[in-house]
Amino acid sequence: MTDLLYLVAVAPFTDMAGSPAFLVEVLLGGVFAGLMYSLVALGFVLIFKASGVFNFAQGVMVLFAALTLVGLLERGVPVVVALALTTAVMVALAFAIERLVLRPLVNQEHIILFMATIGLNFFLEGFGEMVWGANVKRLDIGIPDRSFIVRGVQINQLELTAALTAAVLVTVLALFFQKTRIGRALRAVADDHEAALSIGIPLKTIWVVVWSVAGVVAIVAGVMWGAKSGVQFSLSLIALKALPVLILGGFESVPGAIVGGLIIGVGEKVGEVYWGPLVGGAIENWFAYVLALAFLLARPQGLFGEKIIERV
Amino acid sequence: MNARTLLTMALAAAVAAGPAVTTALAAGEMFVPLLVYRTGPYAPNGIPLANGFNDYFNLINDRDGGVNGVRIAFEECETQYDTKQGVECYERLKGRSPVLVNPFSTGITYQLIPKAPGDKIVVHSSGYGMTASADGRWFPWVFNFPMTYWSQASAFVKYVAQQEGGTDKLKGKKIVHVYHNSPYGKEANPTLETLARDLGFELTLLAVDHPGQEQKATWLQVRRLNPAWIYVSGWGVMNQVAVKEAAAIGFPMDHVVGNWWTGTEADVVPAGEGAKGYKSMTFHAPGHGFKVHQDIFKHVYDKGKGAAKREDVGEVLYNRSIINAMLDTEAMRLAMTRFGNKPLTGEQLRWGMENLNVTEKRLEELGMKGMLRPLRMTCENHEGNGTAAVQQWDGKKWTIISDWIEPMRDVVRPKLEAAAVEEAKKLGYVMRDCAKEK
Repeated sequence: MTDLLYLVAVAPFTDMAGSPAFLVEVLLGGVFAGLMYSLVALGFVLIFKASGVFNFAQGVMVLFAALTLVGLLERGVPVVVALALTTAVMVALAFAIERLVLRPLVNQEHIILFMATIGLNFFLEGFGEMVWGANVKRLDIGIPDRSFIVRGVQINQLELTAALTAAVLVTVLALFFQKTRIGRALRAVADDHEAALSIGIPLKTIWVVVWSVAGVVAIVAGVMWGAKSGVQFSLSLIALKALPVLILGGFESVPGAIVGGLIIGVGEKVGEVYWGPLVGGAIENWFAYVLALAFLLARPQGLFGEKIIERV
Repeated sequence: MNARTLLTMALAAAVAAGPAVTTALAAGEMFVPLLVYRTGPYAPNGIPLANGFNDYFNLINDRDGGVNGVRIAFEECETQYDTKQGVECYERLKGRSPVLVNPFSTGITYQLIPKAPGDKIVVHSSGYGMTASADGRWFPWVFNFPMTYWSQASAFVKYVAQQEGGTDKLKGKKIVHVYHNSPYGKEANPTLETLARDLGFELTLLAVDHPGQEQKATWLQVRRLNPAWIYVSGWGVMNQVAVKEAAAIGFPMDHVVGNWWTGTEADVVPAGEGAKGYKSMTFHAPGHGFKVHQDIFKHVYDKGKGAAKREDVGEVLYNRSIINAMLDTEAMRLAMTRFGNKPLTGEQLRWGMENLNVTEKRLEELGMKGMLRPLRMTCENHEGNGTAAVQQWDGKKWTIISDWIEPMRDVVRPKLEAAAVEEAKKLGYVMRDCAKEK
């Protein structure tokens, strides 16, 4: 018993103190991974904020965006043009989703809209595979992928680039929501659809805008994750990595997605490296959920989620 | 009864009769179900495997008119590499009286092993599946030739010893096994642990959870351990990320060796130049330069019946698949020499599998000389006498860089027999006496 207590409560901390450079590397690895999770979580947050719908298809949107981009690049389209065309495809997709999926379901229960996004998920999955194929594709848009060492700490260029990109994206989104007319309208819709409609905010336009922005976020996430693992079907599974982030950060908070991502990223890396070997490793997937649930016990609405009080 | 009712009844009858029409076997045909995964996260691996089977069976049917005149009927069923769906496929296609199934998934294989004796269907898990089932005395219906995971792991250690200058040089060396956290990924662990004890190298086992998209924590530990060699047992996206992470931390790629399911073209694509030098185990040669490929082009692709893109013929997994199909058809051919040129029963094919002897001469006749080593099965030994080799990625293609390596059979076989007893007990099997069957 004493041995077990030592292994759980003392040895990991002794290990951390014994090699601080490695600890920094683990923490940085967690920060970088966390920001990558945040990129995916952001797409969920945007749509949930505007419509209260949990978009089951967000992971597949990441895959679809990456497939489109790499498909264009493989056909010799220059990077900048390919990025612009992919953005156009994602905006067109947003229009199509609003017209064909959301509009016919206005005023339906949220669960119906959620089910519609499940259908959308399978459609995009099959359609993407049909158009672009199921092979693993290399996504090379010139981001270097070597590592360099600073004071004994190894830093990967691709991960650093992804982290900076995520930071820029979040800043831009925060400004968009706070400072622009459309951003304010979007927040109004998120607060109350009917009230927003009554003061003349066009719900349809807002939905198109928000699905378009989620599409652009999916492109960024697709590029970063695609550069890491190649563009392939498995990209859609990264949505699983975003779920604990959402549980932790709250479903309607952009800062929540970032802070949640960081906590999950750092928590799972530290857990895997220092406590994982005690149970044979491979704990980071479920450890992230345990971490999120532990936070939920203290704050059910998530770190930044809105506390819902309903009068009955 | 009005016209509409009549029409409805006619349609219902047509629908009901439909499957019977499509699933009925023509006289002189043998049915082989193909449990494939052309969609889902493992599709990049599943597609070439499925294509190889299609092309080889079409070659045998179109060039030779089948195996000794008995055509091979086959039908794909999509499993998405999911065990539950795989078992559903097996149960569904069992209605077409197959005598052989290639599960193409260790998880599905584990589920089909207990069903095989009752259904009298041979399970061929070629280079995968349950290692213990290679003991034919306990598992008469299961075959995993040309080699098991354990033999493969021992061949990897033998290769490392050769590179280090001898077995004695392994003492104190660090070897890390990065593995898919599944029954498949864990298969090599017991052998590596035994060899670590016997030969004195330090083994660290690092598990990666499905699907393996994020492996940062694993590779941070690798960097900290700074091993001499890394052995990777992955599948799907785990492979691509592992190769990329190894390259990203600057690990010498010629000291990273994947098992033979971690050494395909798809695995090295995302890492680009970084994957140069990466190695993997294999039991056959890559490329489309063999006579069998020319036959496939001539008799299948030139007639517009090819399953793959022409340029994908000869990929690692494609070749593995046509070798798998060849071994199956050779077992059929052998069984027919004893039981006659007609569709076989499961028991007859099992005899063919158990007595299979693919010689160098036969490989030449099949257009596969140099593609794999001759192979011989016995009643006791269902993995046969297969050998492994090491292939290396040069940035454009895989090339075999080692001699054929004999696994450490003296180490593996006793462990395998002990494991077979354990596994067979769980299933309530009784050991048969192979001497009485010769």
